[in-house]
Amino acid sequence: MSIAFADEIVNEVIETVAPAATEASAPPIVNAILGYLVVFIGLALLMVVIIVMGKIMVAASKKKAEKAAETAPAVEAAPVKKDLPAAPGSAGEVKLYDTDPADAAMIMAIVADKLQKPLNELRFVSIKEVK
Amino acid sequence: MIFDKLGKLVTESGFAQIILSADGWKALIMIAIACVLLYLGIKKQYEPLLMVGIAVGCLLANVSVLGGFENALYHQELWDRFLNSGAYTEGYEEYLHNYGYILSEGGLIDILYIGVKAGIYPCLIFIGIGAMTDFGPLISNPKSLLLGAAAQFGVFFAFFGATLLGFNNNAAASIGIIGGADGPTAILTTTKLAPQYLGPIAVAAYSYMALIPMIQPPIKKALTTEKERSVKMTQLREVSKTEKILFPIIVTIFVVLLLPSTAPLIGCLMFGNLLKETGVTERLSDVAQNALMNIVTLFLGISVGATMVGSRFLEFDTIKIIVLGLVAFCFSTVGGLLVGKLMYRLSGGKINPLIGSAGVSAVPMAARVSQKVGQKANPSNFLLMHAMGPNVAGVIGSAIAAGFLISMFGG
Repeated sequence: MSIAFADEIVNEVIETVAPAATEASAPPIVNAILGYLVVFIGLALLMVVIIVMGKIMVAASKKKAEKAAETAPAVEAAPVKKDLPAAPGSAGEVKLYDTDPADAAMIMAIVADKLQKPLNELRFVSIKEVK
Repeated sequence: MIFDKLGKLVTESGFAQIILSADGWKALIMIAIACVLLYLGIKKQYEPLLMVGIAVGCLLANVSVLGGFENALYHQELWDRFLNSGAYTEGYEEYLHNYGYILSEGGLIDILYIGVKAGIYPCLIFIGIGAMTDFGPLISNPKSLLLGAAAQFGVFFAFFGATLLGFNNNAAASIGIIGGADGPTAILTTTKLAPQYLGPIAVAAYSYMALIPMIQPPIKKALTTEKERSVKMTQLREVSKTEKILFPIIVTIFVVLLLPSTAPLIGCLMFGNLLKETGVTERLSDVAQNALMNIVTLFLGISVGATMVGSRFLEFDTIKIIVLGLVAFCFSTVGGLLVGKLMYRLSGGKINPLIGSAGVSAVPMAARVSQKVGQKANPSNFLLMHAMGPNVAGVIGSAIAAGFLISMFGG
């Protein structure tokens, strides 16, 4: 479909939906409402397209992951050893008070970035949400 | 003999012309306005990258115009003849749409201004913006597009308001697009529809974009409750590289077919984004984000600023444009917030309505303001990435709004 053809279709739709808007003397309120509708409908349609694209991509990646899991040899989980000392240079354990682990991770990353130091050279004792 | 020459030098100087020339006092006021804009750009840091350029363009145009036609860097008369509008067109019909005369008779800024007139600079800036934008938050939450659409309310509200204040449709459309909070889009639309208002519209658009941290928070607080502002949103899904590559291609095909007049803006925005996301055009992406963006910003600022010549800028219409621009900004924020509140209700309180106001496309300022206001209500709230979705949707929304207005009134 050529762009000129698409333009004709849009103009035809506009003429059908709001014939007054295609005239130079169309009331400004009609133009304003029509314009807002066009933006809304355009972006709503784009939303549908992106949702469909997302669903297809998620389904495809799930399928891929399942296939990979089937073909990959089963790996036994390494036994968890408790009470081991923290690895040299690691941050050790952080006590979290009213803080999500994800938020804590972000805070630690921000602090490391601000201090210009690698995260494994810093030691966080605890993170507490101030209410 | 020497005294004659000295006398000639004195009377031809810009200082003498301030008194002798009919528009001298206007140029003097514009020089003062340019200094105020420089202060706002440098000291207050209101969009300094563009504001400083606009201020210098205004300063150069108004200082040099006092030195006579041959010394002026920007000639309003030439552009009036080029467009066949204004006071200097009679007997110059051959100048109509003829860049040859601009090149042969114009000054430095006239030549730079060709890039604005031909719609080149805004599009090149959009390539840079595309190369700097991460559409990931929008792809992971496509509903953001509705908020981006809602936040174009101010565009059409101000358009309607401008027609009530006596502006014709073309001028009203250019004024309304200030509400899109997107400088290049406002410049492109105004260049096509009402070039005589380019100066005030560009200044209003960039000033209000810089003032978003002051304009939006009171509106957000007035329209939302503490409970709504405190809503913590769930984490966004991870977006794959393939999706990020497909996104600009799909948007270009879909939006340009839907509204062909959006092709320059959407095409360039998505081209820039594709350069960023492919991973195989890193050098081009780097140029688009840095060198190209900086060079074009330089040319755009100085040439848009030069259109602020006293004889055109110092009119009552300028004040009306500044006021309508503010109205457009405020109502765009209101539109985004109201649809945000609707989504809050429909989602059972899972969507924070503050992200709606980020639908005005000033990236990333509007999203940052949503984050700041949200964090004030709930210190553990991180809305930034959620607000980036509507924010980048606003860029697409304002381009569609501009495309609609250009196709309706662009003749």
